[in-house]
Amino acid sequence: MPAYLDHASTTPLHPVARQALLVALDEGWADPARLYREGRHARRLLDAARETVAGVLGARPDEISFTASGATAATLALLGTAAARRRAGDAVMVSAVEHSSVLHAARHHEQAGGRVVEVGVDRLGRVDPAAFTPVPGTAVASLQHANHEVGTLQPVAEVAERLHNAGVPLHTDAAVTVGHIPVDLGALGADLLTASAHKYGGPAGVGILVVRTGTRWRDPRPGAGPDAAAGGFPDVPSVVAAAAALAARATEIAEEAPRLAGHVAELRRRLPSLIDDVELLGDPAVAPTVGHISAFSCLYVEGEALLDGLDRAGIAVSSGSSCTSDVLTPSHVLVAMGALTHGNLRVSFGRDSTQADLDALLDVLPGVVRSVRASLGAPHLGA
Amino acid sequence: MSEPRRDGVIDARGRRCPLPIIDLARAFGAVPVGATIALWADDPAAGPDVAAWCRLRDQELVSTRTLPDGGEEFVIRRRS
Repeated sequence: MPAYLDHASTTPLHPVARQALLVALDEGWADPARLYREGRHARRLLDAARETVAGVLGARPDEISFTASGATAATLALLGTAAARRRAGDAVMVSAVEHSSVLHAARHHEQAGGRVVEVGVDRLGRVDPAAFTPVPGTAVASLQHANHEVGTLQPVAEVAERLHNAGVPLHTDAAVTVGHIPVDLGALGADLLTASAHKYGGPAGVGILVVRTGTRWRDPRPGAGPDAAAGGFPDVPSVVAAAAALAARATEIAEEAPRLAGHVAELRRRLPSLIDDVELLGDPAVAPTVGHISAFSCLYVEGEALLDGLDRAGIAVSSGSSCTSDVLTPSHVLVAMGALTHGNLRVSFGRDSTQADLDALLDVLPGVVRSVRASLGAPHLGA
Repeated sequence: MSEPRRDGVIDARGRRCPLPIIDLARAFGAVPVGATIALWADDPAAGPDVAAWCRLRDQELVSTRTLPDGGEEFVIRRRS
């Protein structure tokens, strides 16, 4: 039986978003920067979307911008704050397990002559808040709300407090959490937050960038200014759909969370008895995690062969193993955690996931692991 | 500091992960408790995976060094 269990990569369009998108395609097509009737109409839809998103995230509408993707939002958050606070210093702090968009932005900052301070994580993928004490000359720090590969939640509020004591703003990449768990900017204490609509049931092509009032930030793109939208013509219908999906998610996640966390708990409970030499990553019992993502690594197995075997059975998951990417290096998240990088799989559940999806995975996976091990000549390799 | 005693070398250079780890596990069966074995590998995943294998198998990663003619050497001691 087929099962889509890669909702952390992307998840199907939420029915409410589909409905909103269809309406907005007809009503929000005009240029919201124009002052005539059609333009004003598109502007009103855009403003309403901004209000909706602000309401869900505990922000003010004028603190919300929409970008072309979550990765773009994260890049702008980090580089825009580093640029606006250049006089405060040239150092950018990031955790070692950030999404590649944040690490790429940090590398860009470094190549432009700035400094980057990378903060390591423990075996569960967590940063130690004490390690996030800013070095002198820190312009901005970035710490994800939860990790995209293993689901571990980061101590964002504690880190924000530590940074604020030193006058340093914090960006949090909340692409994993927004639309999945309650995210409140007041409680998080972050100065900038970014998210991605397609991760929670909105359409692709919409990123959310929140810059709290009082944060020194300027759009680093050419042509940006107080009266100029450097992002180009906004996709109003998609933004409307993204806001509608977020509002819908806010009403349903409380009921959904225990169900998905139950799937994850069952997966983690059954895996070690079904497969020899499997290492579960993260640990919801010790370090809080998001309820819909879980990862593990199987010793003596290629990640790519696992994905192929599962795909043949119609089961979609993802892997952080090196052979599954176009580069030969393994996932930087797994390396930073000291986890086994080969034979890695990430399973992630979504709003339409069922027990049958989990059963399908657990029916097929042990046989796939056995056959990959046999093909590599490693059927029984004890210590 | 004296060089750790090496009872054998597995040259897994050119082999992609997880093959070097499988080579190590297969050869490790013949290593007596307290003795060491060296693994040579050049796959970028070998470093993290050798360390993870040692942790999972409760064996000791004694040392790591870059080899002059390419790749890395990992020396592992059997604890039990």
